Amino acid sequence: MPHSITLTVNGRAHEVHLDDPRVTLLDLLRERLALAGTKKGCDRGQCGACTVLVNGRRANSCLMLAATLDGCEITTIEGLSEGGDLHPVQTAFIENDAFQCGYCTPGQIMSAVGLIAEGRAGDDPERIREGMSGNLCRCAAYHGITLAVQEATRRMAKDEMEDAA
Amino acid sequence: MSDTLARPMRFGSNSGQPLTRRDGIAKVTGAATFAGDNSPEGLLHAVFVPATIARGHVTYLDVESAERHPGVTCVLTPQNRPPLQGDPSAKPTMFSFRIEVLQDDTVRYAGQPIALVVGETLEAATEGARLLSPRYEVEPVRTSLDDNEAFGFEPAGFGLPAGAEHGDVEAGHAASAKSVDVTYETAAQYHNAMETHAVVASWDGDRLTLDMPSQALMMSCAGYANFFGIPPENVTLSSPYLGGGFGSKAFVTGPQVLAILAARMAGRPVKLMLTRQQMFGPVGHRGATRQRLRLGIDENAELTVIDHEGLAETSTFDDFVEPAANASQGLYAARALRSTHRAVRLDIGTPGPMRAPGEASGSAALECAIDELAELAGIDPLECRLRNYAETEPGTGRPYSSKALRECYSQGAARFGWADRPLEPRQVRDENGLLTGWGMGTAFFPAPMFAAEATATLRPDGTALVETSAADMGQGAWTALAQIAADSLGLPMDKLEFRAGHSSLPDGGIAGGSGHTATAGGALHAAGTDVVQQLGQIAAADPASPLHGAGNGRFVARESRIYLEGDDTRSEAFADIMARTGSAEITGSGSASRPPEDAERHAMSSHGAVFAEVKVDPELGQMRVTRLVGAFAAGRIINPRLAESQLMGGMIWGISFALHEEAKFDHRSGRIVNADFAGYHVPVNADVQGLEVITVHEDDPFVNALGIKGVGEIGVTGTVGAIGNAIRHATGRRIRRFPIRVEDLLAG
Ligand code: FES
Ligand code: FES
Repeated sequence: MPHSITLTVNGRAHEVHLDDPRVTLLDLLRERLALAGTKKGCDRGQCGACTVLVNGRRANSCLMLAATLDGCEITTIEGLSEGGDLHPVQTAFIENDAFQCGYCTPGQIMSAVGLIAEGRAGDDPERIREGMSGNLCRCAAYHGITLAVQEATRRMAKDEMEDAA
Repeated sequence: MSDTLARPMRFGSNSGQPLTRRDGIAKVTGAATFAGDNSPEGLLHAVFVPATIARGHVTYLDVESAERHPGVTCVLTPQNRPPLQGDPSAKPTMFSFRIEVLQDDTVRYAGQPIALVVGETLEAATEGARLLSPRYEVEPVRTSLDDNEAFGFEPAGFGLPAGAEHGDVEAGHAASAKSVDVTYETAAQYHNAMETHAVVASWDGDRLTLDMPSQALMMSCAGYANFFGIPPENVTLSSPYLGGGFGSKAFVTGPQVLAILAARMAGRPVKLMLTRQQMFGPVGHRGATRQRLRLGIDENAELTVIDHEGLAETSTFDDFVEPAANASQGLYAARALRSTHRAVRLDIGTPGPMRAPGEASGSAALECAIDELAELAGIDPLECRLRNYAETEPGTGRPYSSKALRECYSQGAARFGWADRPLEPRQVRDENGLLTGWGMGTAFFPAPMFAAEATATLRPDGTALVETSAADMGQGAWTALAQIAADSLGLPMDKLEFRAGHSSLPDGGIAGGSGHTATAGGALHAAGTDVVQQLGQIAAADPASPLHGAGNGRFVARESRIYLEGDDTRSEAFADIMARTGSAEITGSGSASRPPEDAERHAMSSHGAVFAEVKVDPELGQMRVTRLVGAFAAGRIINPRLAESQLMGGMIWGISFALHEEAKFDHRSGRIVNADFAGYHVPVNADVQGLEVITVHEDDPFVNALGIKGVGEIGVTGTVGAIGNAIRHATGRRIRRFPIRVEDLLAG
């Protein structure tokens, strides 16, 4: 039964006509909205490659049916650096070599952005490792990922303080 | 990567430095396009149906229900599969595997494709595949090393490894004052690159376009062309990025052939992405092994013999026997050395090369056995290895092209603090009462070269284009190879356009075996050098040039100038030479491979030493690697940042091998019960702490013109044994089976 939902993706409102109730958010993004930056690694919530922000919180997009997300705000990797400037997490990933093949990277970065927003890890490496452990990296760039999240956390906190001052 | 970057490069310049990745921006913004990200106009989706039994025949498929499902456009089964020109049972090249492409109703392993469903949407194809509800005639299965008879074989090709024997092995046994006779087991492991195998295939007449991750582009083109009866040059393969390969993406696979066939039948592009579960079967794995090691030492703890027998699984229909025992060749100065291999045929998908094939499994067993000897002799494990240090290659006596292993031992030990290690096990507890142990292992991996070609073109505007079909699977080819090319041309990185990852380019060879940087890099270096010599000759012939008359000399390039080698006073800028001659572009070509006489003259390997600290909960048996220090000597390091990342990745694969990874079979059904990321454990971020890599300086004038060895695989070796030995040191328990599990430590 066709079903229409409204989604805001990376700040743009989309009227999405779903001809199929089985479509996940991940497949909607990748196959129907031409946003293939979000990756599929397992399609069942076990790897984190598909991590996006849904209403500001990180979520495995492969586990969400698009039809249930009417009115939601989605941020994907493509929406992180609009305007051309990289997000501090993206910059920190490059500078700390926090990836090799890059396939898990969109998910890692969205997860890091979500983790930093949650404010639970701070720049404590052990908590960052724990908080990032829903995102597998088979190339095992974990050392760099932890450093990158630490660095981005500090940079963002500093920027915020400067903005407030 | 200039052609795929949406934004200007802000990172990456200055050749010779630890540059950040040139594809970094593409990868952090989601702009890097992996095969499955492509969705050409008119795309159909394919899903294959994996067998849920491991041996027998498919007796029924509910094709009608699948076909009736809205959106399903085609159901491909052995009944209606059109003929293929290539024979799936043939092995036309050294690197060919036998594959399943619905040639009959036989099931040879669980997960084998038994049908392919194509649909207008992924959802429709997925549901169609489910509706096929196969029925089978089931035969008894064999999935453990004890389920079938072991056999020996004549070495052949790629999958049936030769052993080796040097010296008098029986005399070596007889001469030993002390000896161990131990058997180690390693589990079956599945590559599981984060990007599953994928293909987007489209046909235009008899021309085929493939977006497909490939570690060996030209070999893939030829391999797939063979199945469709077209010349390899009719296949255009694009593989700018691979989401990891680890050995699994160099070969033709059945599911990918079927997707290409479906595209031809439909006259529309078809996309197939394997599910995670489907990665456990038709795309290779590291075969389980059982290895017996009989080692002897004399009174000085010097090895009289290393006698290493490997038993490994292979499939019922093809041969890939893990060459584990060969890890004992080339490393320790034993008076006699023997490596032999036998195999067992099981109802499993054919194994294949997986990151450090042979060496990983073999080193795991060997490094533990060496420690067992050290313990017998009552000496420190590092001391034991130093007493058996090989100054020349054991057995052959050939000199090493270079070998800074002694420096690896000393620098690694110093950084780790090894000197404080108590000799006896189970001596140390940390502040929380956890048993703490230290172990080490020697890392070792050959430094091969394959064959590659490249071209370089210097343009009048002072920029250059360099091209080779090299593949970047995360190791950093986009960056390190560009650095080599820029150096050879004497250009800064921002003047260089580098094209790779496409089959229209000169053959970049195989990204594997830790030989890609040396090989493709060698070809790029040769191409750049060719351009420089051509330009030098043009200048030498020109009376207006400061280089006039220098035509008998050789030329080198730095900072966009040509110099006469050995005479820095004679030089001229590229731009001036080109402006005067009016020459449009200068194109050079180069190739690289290792001359057989070079390979004869020297033994060529990378070396390293890995030190591990493990903490074990005495009650619960939980184990954690809390520190891991690796010191590696791998010839010239082109980009330390990327090389260290690769070495660390390898060491984490070592943690995985030692403590996590294992495909668990239900031996009654022959199915893998943990065929997904919930059950098949690989390390997560929280499993990795205290990691340090040291790259030890090594100048190697013999290995190749650039002095490069390779760092892709060596990190796995040494590490597994170091962790096993650390667990022994922490607990007093010697576990001879990988991965080491909590229950192993809790048992009796
Ligand atoms: S693809 Fe969603 S968690 Fe793996
Ligand atoms: S960078 Fe390759 S999987 Fe993470």
